[in-house]
Amino acid sequence: MLKVTIDGIETQVEPGTTILQAARKIATEQPEHSHLVPPAMCYYSPLEGSGGKCRTCIVKVTQGSERDPRPMPKPVASCQTQVMDGMVVENTTNPDLLAARKGVVELLLINHPLDCPVCDQAGECHLQDLAFAHGASETRYEEERRTFERIDIGPYIQLHMTRCILCYRCVYTANQFTDERVHGVLFRGDRAEIGTYIEKAIKNDFSGNVIDVCPVGALTDKTFRFRSRVWFTRPFDAHRKCDKCCGKTVLWMAGDDVLRVTARKDVFDEVEEFICNECRFDHKVKEDWTIEGPRSIHRHSVISANKYKAKAKTVV
Amino acid sequence: MSRKILLEHAHVAGIQGYEIYRKMGGYRSVEKALKSLTPEEVVDEVKRSGLRGRGGAGFPTGMKWSFLAKPEGVPRYLLCNADESEPGTFKDRYLMEKIPHLLVEGMITSSYALGVQTAYIYIRGEYKWIVKILEKAIAEAYLHGWLGRKILGTDFSLDLYVAPGGGAYICGEETALIESLEGKRGNPRIKPPFPAVKGLWQSPTVVNNVETLAAVPVIVNEGGDAYAAVGVGRSTGTKLISACGNLNKPGVYEIEMGLPVEEFIFSDEYCGGIPGGKRFKACVPGGSSVPILPADLMLKNAKGEDRVMTYESLSDGGFLTGTMLGSGGFIVFDEDQCIVRNTYTYARFYHHESCGQCSPCREGTGWMEKVLHRIEHGHGHDHDLDLLVDISKKIEGNTICPLGDAAAWPVAAAIRHFREEFEWHVRHPQEAQARNYGLGRLEIYYGAVGV
Repeated sequence: MLKVTIDGIETQVEPGTTILQAARKIATEQPEHSHLVPPAMCYYSPLEGSGGKCRTCIVKVTQGSERDPRPMPKPVASCQTQVMDGMVVENTTNPDLLAARKGVVELLLINHPLDCPVCDQAGECHLQDLAFAHGASETRYEEERRTFERIDIGPYIQLHMTRCILCYRCVYTANQFTDERVHGVLFRGDRAEIGTYIEKAIKNDFSGNVIDVCPVGALTDKTFRFRSRVWFTRPFDAHRKCDKCCGKTVLWMAGDDVLRVTARKDVFDEVEEFICNECRFDHKVKEDWTIEGPRSIHRHSVISANKYKAKAKTVV
Repeated sequence: MSRKILLEHAHVAGIQGYEIYRKMGGYRSVEKALKSLTPEEVVDEVKRSGLRGRGGAGFPTGMKWSFLAKPEGVPRYLLCNADESEPGTFKDRYLMEKIPHLLVEGMITSSYALGVQTAYIYIRGEYKWIVKILEKAIAEAYLHGWLGRKILGTDFSLDLYVAPGGGAYICGEETALIESLEGKRGNPRIKPPFPAVKGLWQSPTVVNNVETLAAVPVIVNEGGDAYAAVGVGRSTGTKLISACGNLNKPGVYEIEMGLPVEEFIFSDEYCGGIPGGKRFKACVPGGSSVPILPADLMLKNAKGEDRVMTYESLSDGGFLTGTMLGSGGFIVFDEDQCIVRNTYTYARFYHHESCGQCSPCREGTGWMEKVLHRIEHGHGHDHDLDLLVDISKKIEGNTICPLGDAAAWPVAAAIRHFREEFEWHVRHPQEAQARNYGLGRLEIYYGAVGV
């Protein structure tokens, strides 16, 4: 076991663990320290090879290891850097690092449209949360933003490239769930776009998962488009017998109507088990599901506000 | 006349062909290495020569070779990086065009030293005609038994291939080069693992520049110590410099390390000074990504010593008053050149070439280009200069590969040394459209040196 200290909190981890995973371990064991987990926009632990791209998870390593205590010269991507024995990491306690992260957030936002009021992802958008926690209140960007036409990928999914932050999560999802390579990145630089090569539909039973892994509103569910704001819907754990996937989902309901079906996500908003398109798109009736009970949402986001665990205020 | 090592026979008629090249002493290093040296001895010679990577970073080649992992039963690969796309750099093109066999010979000897059985030359797509030249040279080498099975009757076998790229600057970064060679999108990989451990097809791989590999034959022939005797201190041997810009005689020159910068620019043996009797304003000595320096700091460092062409002397003073030798793309600006326009052109290049994988470089390069475009076209603001410095700081050191640094350095350096010219552009937009700024504060310098 290796000893690592993040923002003064010590923990023991297995060799091969990254700094981000170590921070998540601290947050799982001691939820009061969950603020020290670096934000991750591109890293997604169920997807092999993801991470290292968005640079929002950067941390400062002030002591490399017990044996070699020199600090690392530059901020490192915590999702890619493995823990060494005796490593000391600063995240929220280092003002320079927070300034650097603010810079990354600013760069992520310069080409992102301000269309949160009409975006289906609003309320459960990682970029929204990130900008709220680490962003500046105004922009210094005066130039024109890049825009793209909306593209329909098959009957269920819409791609709105203007909102994309090129985290590559959907690319890894498509590559790891499909036999043929049908979904990738075209062009380069800030003209790069997610594409399926001439708007070909992704024909795969698990293609809907790209919606769940997308941290922003670039890939949205066409069957839920403009139906409701997410914070007006109530999440319920539910399951059904499915021969393709686990069948364990979250139903987002308004009254008795099932507006949307998604996979279950954990504390760090990563999918626990991927679900198939049949469960996601074809069973939007309450009678098809066995409802287990309300789903508690752990994320500090607007969707968790005023739901089930609102603390009772004492009225004097 | 200084000594030529790589380009010694470059002007011999027919040197492109095998017969003439062999007559001039070609392929001696392969004979010597295979018959009388062990692979470890060849690596030791290269270590003793002090040869440093000629692609830009200047990492000691012998050390790079000794880092190569050697697990049993796993093939190793040698890749030649001929994806020379840095603006201002065209030395590898000249070398491959003129003496293709020198590169082939260098790759055979290096492959023997590293225990490699398959080697690739990754060449940029725009060098289409050089692909043919190299393939002809390789075919001749196969025909005469220098490539293929059991070379010279020993147990050493080698296959050498030329792989043209699609014309992306980013594929000159070693891990992007490997991805591209594997047939994937040329995105740099996250390091570690380094290519010396997991490179091409997850096998140990060495990636070297064309000029580095071309220097290996002479090191093996004459010994590492003889090579190390040329040059100054830790900068040994010779370096190809591709000089361009406002020069009387632009072109590719082979110089001994330690040549004074002033002599290189002004002597008739080399670039022959600046045309039309104009004065020297600025210089980018190592390809577009190294910091630009004004004339006074280019000729003498901050301590007043003459600058010479070595890795150490050019980087003296760090980035505050120094620059880098880089890949040897030597770009000279005379008094009539506009630094703002030049910086904009570089920023446009890096914006175009950013792969788009990590966010600071993808978004930052585009932002810098747009701001510089505004300043150049007369729509700048005073606060834009600090904004540019700030963006460059946010990109620098915060990306997966060095392209982010390469994009940030020229912008930061141009504002550091030519801030008054940028300010003049912002404050006098109409005048800036009509004429160039000229020498600015350098006029004081030229007054002091009495020109």
